[in-house]
Amino acid sequence: MRLIEVLEPGLFTTVQDVGREGYGPLGVSPSGAADAVSLRIGNRLLGNAEGEAGLEMTLLGGTFALPDGAVLALAGSDFGATLEGKPVEMWTAFEAAPGQVLRFGPTRSGARCYLCVRGGVEVQLFLDSASTHILSGLGGHKGRALKKGDVLTIGLANRNEQKRTGKNACSTVGAGTVGKRRLSARALKELQPRKVLRVTPGPQSDWFSEAAKKIFYESTYRVAEESNLMGIRLQGGVIPARAGGEMISEGVSLGAVQVPEGGQPIILFVEQQTTGGYPKIANVISADFHSLGQLRPRDEIRFERVEWDTARTLLAKQEKLMASEELMREL
Amino acid sequence: MSSRSRIPFSTLFRLWGYTFASMETWRGEVARFQYSSDQSLLVYFDEQGEQKKTGGAKAPPVQSRITLRGNENVRRLLRLLELEPVPGVRNLHPAYCSLLVKFDAIRMRHEEVEGILRKYLERLKEVKLPEPRRVEIPVCYGGEFGPDLAEVCARRGITQARAIELHSSVEYVVYFLGFVPGFAYLGELPEELVTPRLAAPRNRVPAGSVGIAGNQTGVYPFATPGGWRLIGRTALKMFRADSDGLSLLSIGDRVRFTPISRERFATLESA
Repeated sequence: MRLIEVLEPGLFTTVQDVGREGYGPLGVSPSGAADAVSLRIGNRLLGNAEGEAGLEMTLLGGTFALPDGAVLALAGSDFGATLEGKPVEMWTAFEAAPGQVLRFGPTRSGARCYLCVRGGVEVQLFLDSASTHILSGLGGHKGRALKKGDVLTIGLANRNEQKRTGKNACSTVGAGTVGKRRLSARALKELQPRKVLRVTPGPQSDWFSEAAKKIFYESTYRVAEESNLMGIRLQGGVIPARAGGEMISEGVSLGAVQVPEGGQPIILFVEQQTTGGYPKIANVISADFHSLGQLRPRDEIRFERVEWDTARTLLAKQEKLMASEELMREL
Repeated sequence: MSSRSRIPFSTLFRLWGYTFASMETWRGEVARFQYSSDQSLLVYFDEQGEQKKTGGAKAPPVQSRITLRGNENVRRLLRLLELEPVPGVRNLHPAYCSLLVKFDAIRMRHEEVEGILRKYLERLKEVKLPEPRRVEIPVCYGGEFGPDLAEVCARRGITQARAIELHSSVEYVVYFLGFVPGFAYLGELPEELVTPRLAAPRNRVPAGSVGIAGNQTGVYPFATPGGWRLIGRTALKMFRADSDGLSLLSIGDRVRFTPISRERFATLESA
């Protein structure tokens, strides 16, 4: 049994896979990787099933010892990783010898870096998923962020058993014997996180006046410090509330932009509440979800309205790239 | 492309051949569809009550009302979708009078999902809802467990004893589970207890807290932020990862609260 020892956990590091979809009737939101595209690529670089669990680090990474060695890949934002003091390249599979130490620092780009390992991080599944649900203290490693001294188990590589493909993942690549891989420059460019988030109208967009919508689409919003996996809180142009009455709670979707009293929007994120009573002015498109996962506090963003068909096309294009041969090349 | 429509065209055509009795079937399925995101849509039931079923081609952006009938339709559709899952549908978020349906946007378009759901709606009448379970929740009211009870009583001009009697006198329906795992939205609160939620939500509500907001009541399964007025606490675990059922309450259950003493609460808590 191969292990990962947590020497330093970093600011906020959790075990995440692509989430537990299908438990809305119990009030359980999917959670899962904040930037699922990066996690999926990290896994593919290693030949894992793309929905395999990895470590999600936030803003400041940790230090991990690998007493038995491992094949690893880093995806997402650059946290200045070093292996035994030598810089490690992002988006490329690499090998750690037994006893080596992998150290991360503060982010040099976006909010999250993924440490993926061949065989995946193995934890007891909760509702079919390894993802940590922080609010309820369920899933992942003991239902919480990692602490100094935690020891994680690395799964067996190339298992033939039916892997948790994550009902969330749109396609899956089986684990096979693969060499070392690197993400292609083209894919890296196309999957670059965006600061202009594309949205479709929310179910209550008609509740808002034209003036209110103009403020929403023309303002630059700042990501507030209080943002977390439940919601990304924004500060900027105040959106006037609609006159007349509260709405009745209804199901809310990932990426919904809700406008509470006070008019400062909140984007519902991976550990979202499953229902809510604030009107939604817009919804971030699926192809831009991974960009949400890379937003840091104080980042500035804007919203751009797109048509339903555009949203579909962009997602199809992204998934086509994710499934294509061009995504990565063998080293 | 219109993102909402009211009356299924297929239904309008078929209506000509229908007998008066079978109009019931048509009545039961009236629902409004609304795109929610590029991978989800909302089905709203019973928005305008019994009388206004027809109306224009484009529905006004009204909010849905809370009616038991609307909620029963939500539960029927949920049940049917659980019994006969639609390939490509990935998640369902039921609420008072609406159901959010999340689907794989690579496989399906909104129009296809809507078409399939309309066929399901035609069959709602034949769906048998499971016999509701009856669950009793012991609550220690007031004091440190119910820090807002005094304020609720002052606002409504009733004694604490009366408030406790009222809250525990009704059999509530679990309209749905939402917000966080295992949080059951229960209704309806007796009119004398109806009080708006707190102007400023608490950052942390202790697990097991029993709250009221508007004409709803519920129990916080976990320590979370929350804006409902807290009137008591239960020692029961509302959501347990180690149990088969996970959530103590399920959609459609009937719930009663029983007042208990602090001593009894302590006993239950240590059990």
